[in-house]
Amino acid sequence: MKKDIILAGVGGQGIISIATVIGYAAIDMGLHLKQSEVHGMSQRGGDVQSNLRLSDKVIHSDLIPFGQADIIISVEPLESLRYLPMLGPNAWLITSITPFKNIPNYPPIETILDKIRSLPNHVALDAEGMAKDLGSPKSANMVILGAASPFLEIPYEKLQQAIRAIFAKKGTEIIEANLKALQAGRDFKE
Amino acid sequence: MEKQLLLGDEAIAQGALDAGLSGIYAYPGTPSTEITEYVEHSRQARETGVKYSWAANEKTAMEGAIGMSYAGKRAMTCMKHVGLNVAADAFINAAITGANGALVVVAADDPSMHSSQNEQDSRFYGKFALVPIFEPSNQQEAYDMTYDAFAFSEKYKLPVMIRITTRLAHSRAGVARRPALPQRKGNLPEDMRQFVLLPAIARRRYKQLLKTHYDLVAESEKSSYNLYFEGKDKSKGIIACGLAYNYLMENLAGKDVSYPILKISQYPIPRKMIEKICSDCKEILILEDGYPMIEELLRGYLNTGVTIHGRMDGTIPRDGELNPNIVAVGLGFPDTRGPEVPDFMVGRPPSLCAGCPHIDTYVALLETLEQYSKGRVFSDIGCYTLGALAPFEAINSCVDMGASITMAKGAADAGLTPAIAVIGDSTFTHSGITGLLDAVNDKANVKVFILDNGTTAMTGGQKSAATGRIESICAGVGVDPAHIRVIKPLRKNREENVRIINEELAYDGVSVIIPRRECVVELNKKMRAKFAGKSNE
Ligand SMILES: Cc1ncc(C[n+]2csc(CCOP(=O)(O)OP(=O)(O)O)c2C)c(N)n1
Ligand code: SF4
Repeated sequence: MKKDIILAGVGGQGIISIATVIGYAAIDMGLHLKQSEVHGMSQRGGDVQSNLRLSDKVIHSDLIPFGQADIIISVEPLESLRYLPMLGPNAWLITSITPFKNIPNYPPIETILDKIRSLPNHVALDAEGMAKDLGSPKSANMVILGAASPFLEIPYEKLQQAIRAIFAKKGTEIIEANLKALQAGRDFKE
Repeated sequence: MEKQLLLGDEAIAQGALDAGLSGIYAYPGTPSTEITEYVEHSRQARETGVKYSWAANEKTAMEGAIGMSYAGKRAMTCMKHVGLNVAADAFINAAITGANGALVVVAADDPSMHSSQNEQDSRFYGKFALVPIFEPSNQQEAYDMTYDAFAFSEKYKLPVMIRITTRLAHSRAGVARRPALPQRKGNLPEDMRQFVLLPAIARRRYKQLLKTHYDLVAESEKSSYNLYFEGKDKSKGIIACGLAYNYLMENLAGKDVSYPILKISQYPIPRKMIEKICSDCKEILILEDGYPMIEELLRGYLNTGVTIHGRMDGTIPRDGELNPNIVAVGLGFPDTRGPEVPDFMVGRPPSLCAGCPHIDTYVALLETLEQYSKGRVFSDIGCYTLGALAPFEAINSCVDMGASITMAKGAADAGLTPAIAVIGDSTFTHSGITGLLDAVNDKANVKVFILDNGTTAMTGGQKSAATGRIESICAGVGVDPAHIRVIKPLRKNREENVRIINEELAYDGVSVIIPRRECVVELNKKMRAKFAGKSNE
């Protein structure tokens, strides 16, 4: 088993929470893991990504080679496309469709979505909207993780357990909200 | 033992704690900051009374560590690569004094300049100072080498450098720990003149350092961190340093190639191993995540020896960090790439947060400067450096920490008056105070804006050294209190702020203007902690 995952977003959007849940589940399964993060300047609203690598064998490089990622998980549509050169053959792109516009020259959203939809393997969902509908707008990241969950080769229950463990301190309400968000993403059909 | 998921930085911190660290001294700087933050939040550190200190700058941090080593305890100091420039005087001389309690210096380099002004390679400093360097290739080695570095430092009574680069510093992996050792009790140096670098003593100590170097080379030859892998295919030999070794293994895993490989993670360079690979192989590929240090050495000026490939012949790009694809191409393997980035892609540069106090400062400053020709704003390093970008395009320089005030003074001396300096509160205490003294002593016509957001924001909000004391420091340095003005950078105060700035612009002398309002990210953190009903630990 090998899963190389690019997590993408804009500094401040909290992509690391997705990595934390996947990572927890992976460790629980006895997998090897490497996860590189962006700290520093780009965290101020710049483009950020995290390389998350899971494998049942020893992982060497902290960086995923270009052209070899299995999944891009993005919390922002434009950012999802920034890492296309990372994608391997048959890889999946899972992204939120809500633009984060903190630059004046943000391209037309329809152009971006058309490009995403032209990719053979993609899931594009309104994670923010879905999270709001569930009454927990902050759990959009878990909606996206849910949508990515069928492609991770991690049993769904392991992700649920990870959420329970990670949010344990925050109380049952938060746990339930996140589990619901995860399920909504998992059930999403285009 | 169960493995812990740690960043490379955290592995270094945990390695130090387990090696019996007594004190860590640092000034923040990406990618080194998380080392000290880990100790700051570590229960183990708290329970065993490990001292942690955010120093005013890297030089004071280094000297604090040297002092602790003098007193016979184990000390570590951490900084980003350019921080070592600031601390270089103390560092180079600490190699001459030598250590008493262990002295470990961590330099975190940033090839590709993700968050830095340059990509200098700290191994040159280690070599320059004649101290041993450990360069881990993964998180486990970061832990193990740090653990060992303390014992090594005490064995040879020398400072030891640990050099890492961004990708290792900021990547997590499982790390197995070793038994935690107790701290040292502390004792004065056996030779009470060890740390007195009068020329006569320094000469003697330098000779000793030169002699020790042979032992260090011998240590490198037998180090378990330097590995020689024999290979049948001697058409090429590969030397991989530090993190580069991981990119190499990524490429070789599962492939049927058998080049001899030399992994180097401990310096001085293991001479015999180098001799062997160079005599065994027809040509050599050198992989270094930094400057071509070993490559330059092996090529020599005339490049007449063994055929060498690396950064200097274009096999590997001359600048920037390595990655698995660059190494693949260097090995002659095919590159892999997914679909192209679409043409409509645009950059997303970092920017000041919505509501950031620096925004209101720049808006007011730009309005007052309309009356002058452009190009007179000397800035410094911090969040406010983002004022260089649109929509502000407000600043004309960012060179090194503290340079705003001194450059403004130099420019004012050259006739560019009034000259404006823009410096953050943490940068001001890092190395702006001495420059302000220069300006006062020369009565320069400079207007110094000390942007006081109460924190060291750029690196994640560490304590700022002189919160609450900025005005008194300026007055103490000799700035006329009538020309130390505090303003509150808020949109609604713009008119008043413009008026105050204009008053100071009209004054021919040193003015200090302190726009003071808390960083909104820090403010939010505090609010959240309050809301959650607990401290932000
Ligand atoms: C010699 C050196 N040390 C450390 C750094 C890293 N660094 C860049 S900006 C900064 C903090 C700036 O804080 P402050 O001046 O208060 O400005 P703020 O970011 O809070 O606006 C640090 C530590 C550096 N670039 N150079
Ligand atoms: S982190 Fe603070 S100082 Fe930096 S841009 Fe954001 S609000 Fe401004």
